[in-house]
Amino acid sequence: MEIGAMEIGLGHYLTVAAILFTLGIFGIFLNRKNVIIILMSIELMLLAVNINLVAFSSFLGDLTGQVFALFILTVAAAEAAIGLAILVVYFRNRGSIAVEDINLMKG
Amino acid sequence: MNAVTSLPVMMPASAEIFLAIAGMVLLMIGVFRGESSLRFLSYATIATFAVAAILVVTQGGGGEAFYGLFVSEGFAQFAKILILIGSAFAVLLSRDYLVREQAGRFEFPILILFATLGMLMMVSANDLMSLYMSLELQSLSLYVMASIRRDTLKATEAGLKYFVLGALSSGMLLYGCSMIYGFAGTTSFTGLAAVFAAQTGVVPLGLVIGIVFLIAGLAFKVSAVPFHMWTPDVYEGAPTPVTALFAVAPKIAALALFVRAMMDPFADLIGSWQQVLVFVSIASMGLGALGALVQTNIKRLMAYSSIGHMGYLLVGIAAGNQAGVTGVMLYLATYIFMNVGTFAMILAMRRDGRLVEEIGDLAGLSKTHPMMALALMIFMFSMAGIPPLAGFFGKWYVFMAAVDAGLFGLAVIGILTSVIGAFYYLRIIKIMYFDEATQPLDDAVSQDLRVILYGSAVVTVLFVLFISPVYDAAKVAAISLVGA
Repeated sequence: MEIGAMEIGLGHYLTVAAILFTLGIFGIFLNRKNVIIILMSIELMLLAVNINLVAFSSFLGDLTGQVFALFILTVAAAEAAIGLAILVVYFRNRGSIAVEDINLMKG
Repeated sequence: MNAVTSLPVMMPASAEIFLAIAGMVLLMIGVFRGESSLRFLSYATIATFAVAAILVVTQGGGGEAFYGLFVSEGFAQFAKILILIGSAFAVLLSRDYLVREQAGRFEFPILILFATLGMLMMVSANDLMSLYMSLELQSLSLYVMASIRRDTLKATEAGLKYFVLGALSSGMLLYGCSMIYGFAGTTSFTGLAAVFAAQTGVVPLGLVIGIVFLIAGLAFKVSAVPFHMWTPDVYEGAPTPVTALFAVAPKIAALALFVRAMMDPFADLIGSWQQVLVFVSIASMGLGALGALVQTNIKRLMAYSSIGHMGYLLVGIAAGNQAGVTGVMLYLATYIFMNVGTFAMILAMRRDGRLVEEIGDLAGLSKTHPMMALALMIFMFSMAGIPPLAGFFGKWYVFMAAVDAGLFGLAVIGILTSVIGAFYYLRIIKIMYFDEATQPLDDAVSQDLRVILYGSAVVTVLFVLFISPVYDAAKVAAISLVGA
């Protein structure tokens, strides 16, 4: 093997997925601006999980992980549709989708 | 060989298949006949639940279906019956509300039907994939239910909060599933159980991370602390019949799923998850009791009450034995009637035709509506766990199971928090019986609500007479899952 050349292994994929997943979680909690960013963060989390599943699937030589990933993609699309629909009706009532404006109920 | 053309085994899933087909048929009827079909669809949905319940009961021992993705045994059947009862009550409770608030939409019973289909599948999920798919079918229906009154700010805000936090929890659950899949090499519960039974030595860290994420995701769905923050807002904001649904059926389904996940695939890893559940359980019992003390809105109070109840139920799972599962199932059977009855009462709280939700609005109820006050008093005593009412027995059996499992501290803390919790239940009784009414509530209470209110009260009082058959059924259910 050439010196300095590095093979990309399972660990690298898992690290990327873990970083993306963490970014998704932080995107939900630290973002104070816009609910759309939260929806994007949710999508990021689900895609991180997909990277995990496909990497494991390839590593284990087992197709289940890829089937699971396809199911997740399908459900993520449905989830995004419902999320955006709820966001639209919320915007009609409130006139804003800033995270700090979602404060009618507290406690 | 006819392996290629043969259908998978489907009979154990007959109730779910029936619900799915009926749901689509009813949806078509609703689409073509418009809002005027709401009344028919409500009754048709209840009839569908009844047929599904018959299919569940008559399927005998059950078994695996769809190549092991789906399993039905005594445990699943018991939980399914409870879920169908809870959902049918939610449809009944909604009828009067939808008419009087002029919020009638034909999608309402249909969404309950699809959510219930998701719940039944959750209970029977025997694979991480079917677990996820069924959980999402349930959740996506419920997100829409929460904001079904799309012209009100409160309901849409509740829907938005529920959606964001629910999606976050699904993400965490999935991350857990992916780690478990990677480190165990399979997603099937049967396969996982075999892998862990054969495992010796230290549990890999990745697997522990996976289980913790899975528990976090499930804890979100049952609204256990520290993942409870959506509960009070969603309970308060959602339309009251929807809150009544949220408080009962999805909780039963998520709890049954939780029990199955812990007792079936991860039974041999009890050392890795028991401590987590003990912590979650103590935190839920404590926050449920303390958080409710300062509430003035009765729906928010019920939210904290349900957080507390989830804490007690998790005691049964943390015990990790057959007695614990029996206790959980028995507790859930009593939980339905206390909650449905209380929500029937909340839906009956109207003044000048408008719904009111403050606890103070109950003042003087014993003089203006003595029977309703008596019924609510029964529910409150039952939730506080006062014998001989139904709520006492659930707590008794889960605490006994915890003692059997050697979790003495957990049992003691549980009893202490239920004493603290009794305070706010008793406060409601005090307000009803000893405070002066400023302005009485309306007299006109619909027939549906009356029947549910008094019926649940009678069941809660007379439960003590039926304790042994219900206990036996719960025990058979528990044995079918975890063995004797």
